Amino acid sequence: MENQNITGAEIIVKSLINEDVDVVFGYPGGAVLPVYDALFKQNQLRHILVRHEQAATHAAEGYARSTGRVGVVLVTSGPGATNAITGLTDALMDSIPLVCITGQVPTHLIGSDAFQEADTTGLTRSCTKYNYLIKDVNDIGPTLHDAFHIARSGRPGPVVVDIPKNLMNQLADYVGKTPFSRSSYRPASEGYLPAVERAVELMMAAKRPVFYVGGGVINSGVEACKKLTSLVRLTGFPCTNTLMGLGAFPASDPQFLGMLGMHGSLEANMAMAECDVMINIGARFDDRVTGRLDGFSPKSKKIHVDIDPSSINKNVRVHVPIVGDAGVVVQQMIDLWKAKKAKPDKKAHAEWWKKIEGWRAKKSFSYKMSKTTIKPQYALERLNALTKDKETFVTTDVGQHQMWAAQFLHFDKPGRWMTSGGLGTMGYGMPSAMGVQIGNPSGLTVCVTGEASFMMNIQELSTLVQYRLPVKILILNNRYMGMVRQWQEMFHGCRYSESYMDSLPDFVKLAEAYGMKGLRCDKVADVDAAIKEMLKIKGPVILDMVVDQNENVYPMIPAGAAHNELVLGPEQKTVMKSKDLL
Amino acid sequence: MTTDIVYDIVESKEQPKRHTLAVLVDNEFGVLARVIGLFSGRGYNIESLTVAEVDEDKNLSRITIVTSGTEMTIEQIKRLLDRMVPVHKVHDLTVEGPHVERELALVKVVGTGKSRVEALRTAEIFRAKAVDSTPRSFVFEITGSSEKIDAFIALMRPLGLVENCRTGVAAVSRGKEGI
Repeated sequence: MENQNITGAEIIVKSLINEDVDVVFGYPGGAVLPVYDALFKQNQLRHILVRHEQAATHAAEGYARSTGRVGVVLVTSGPGATNAITGLTDALMDSIPLVCITGQVPTHLIGSDAFQEADTTGLTRSCTKYNYLIKDVNDIGPTLHDAFHIARSGRPGPVVVDIPKNLMNQLADYVGKTPFSRSSYRPASEGYLPAVERAVELMMAAKRPVFYVGGGVINSGVEACKKLTSLVRLTGFPCTNTLMGLGAFPASDPQFLGMLGMHGSLEANMAMAECDVMINIGARFDDRVTGRLDGFSPKSKKIHVDIDPSSINKNVRVHVPIVGDAGVVVQQMIDLWKAKKAKPDKKAHAEWWKKIEGWRAKKSFSYKMSKTTIKPQYALERLNALTKDKETFVTTDVGQHQMWAAQFLHFDKPGRWMTSGGLGTMGYGMPSAMGVQIGNPSGLTVCVTGEASFMMNIQELSTLVQYRLPVKILILNNRYMGMVRQWQEMFHGCRYSESYMDSLPDFVKLAEAYGMKGLRCDKVADVDAAIKEMLKIKGPVILDMVVDQNENVYPMIPAGAAHNELVLGPEQKTVMKSKDLL
Repeated sequence: MTTDIVYDIVESKEQPKRHTLAVLVDNEFGVLARVIGLFSGRGYNIESLTVAEVDEDKNLSRITIVTSGTEMTIEQIKRLLDRMVPVHKVHDLTVEGPHVERELALVKVVGTGKSRVEALRTAEIFRAKAVDSTPRSFVFEITGSSEKIDAFIALMRPLGLVENCRTGVAAVSRGKEGI
């Protein structure tokens, strides 16, 4: 295609290609037919046809998180755009770079309740980082290039570009990739040096330090994670990751304390409660981590490195706030640590590690093994062991299986763990796995899910088969909405209201109906063999693993409790308070 | 323990304070909706709001918002506004030093005889102008601080106040520094 006198739809396709996009996830409809026509006439940009627009957004999210690139979604007006809203909100909460192009009715029909019309910009204003409604065909190219810049820079997030159909048919010139036009948007990069110095001084003098690392480091890039790993190893401090930060620091490293938070490990939560210097890099003091705010680590000095100034001092007052890109600030810290020839207090640190090892020895993730029913924790431990030697990517849905996956699966690299953290969207897992597999064709993609979550986007099985995506779906089937049941057991006197999964399909027959393999495992002795077979089959597989119905996720910080008031499992039989363990 | 089992409610003991914010934004489609959406979406209070274009060449508008909240809330509001793509600057006039606040109100007072005379006299004291007059009514135009206008309206109420229309606060910092 030439660049002069081409249609708006062709400009859209060219702009995407110029932004280094190689795949678009979408679903056609009246308002985007011109774009689909332009897509048909070329073969640089690949299109993945999903079966529901929500799945397109989750697939783009999985693709973005696992490759570090911007995920692109193409949906039609009206119901297409509204179906995408859940995925956009999910991307906003978890800071995933996404550009979503929505069709719109022709400009002269906007506001007239036309067929498949919705106020897309109004609806998506609060669930995106920014959104646009294009009114002139000459704006299409520059706006799309601006949208990509906004999506991927600063704190990443979703951007919606709403394009009316008549503009897609009008002719205009495409001028190529235009530079970013807004002077009002200037994301931070380097941290204010005096603040970083103060932080490093606090770190040098710390007797009981801990690193609290979140998804911001993963967003900053693979290099940023490597730098963070060097910093943690250089200082010798313990390090814990949030749910979104798993993989930023290698889980196999002895300095790793496990995930922290509501279902995090005892050692991670206690270290956070008892530390004297807390170094937060790229995390946002989420309520799942802090527990009751007035009980959150009251004695410690807190350093907070974040690229978004509105995340700092939002709910926890910090002593050294540093606005900047995690990778850049971590490098500043490494340089200062070396320049100041830091000599940390070895004796105090040895005592601190001794305390931490004491907490570790309590094995807060332990569960009671059974010979008759498969424990979900056991299934995940075996999955972890059997996928260790491969380039494995894991996506999950939401609930108990998600927490156990975070506890029992070990990630040594970033971009291998995709989960819906902030919004907690059930139905995220399988579409996300589709996006991951497409972005990493030679990787092993496993979707760990529950039967309730899995059924929310079950129609995407068709997409897996169409594009021959060898995603392995491990369903931890306990015939309940596990996490809901756990809360109902603990807080609502075992009144299991609407949490039982009735009338479940036979997942093996369902898989076969869609044209893929289905396996079932319900005996403990068969777990290894079933997982091995699932991994061996070339092509998409569902493994329906029938697990124990009554398992609860431990440890747990109940809402209203401080983060050191964990409830440990029946194995430990006590509610731990920090004074018991000092 | 089970009052709100999913989230923890923290009652803030700090008294909310009134702050006047001046926000410089790109004059583009939907920018006001975006700013208001931020306040309403996060439950922040808008006591008054005015917006108008201030620079035609650079296509800039100024939004002046009066809001109230605790210190941490106001900090949050300012940072959330600042991170928005079309927002150029956010100034907290209440915190940054002395500033001038003015409002304009049009007040319609209906009456005859003694109350009509009294209304006219009060308007003179407040330096309000009568911009409409009929044998039985006046419309007064008054500018001044919000407190002055509150006082004027309170005095007009027993004298036959029928309608009032206020613009909301416009505010500018004192001294030579511009926004």
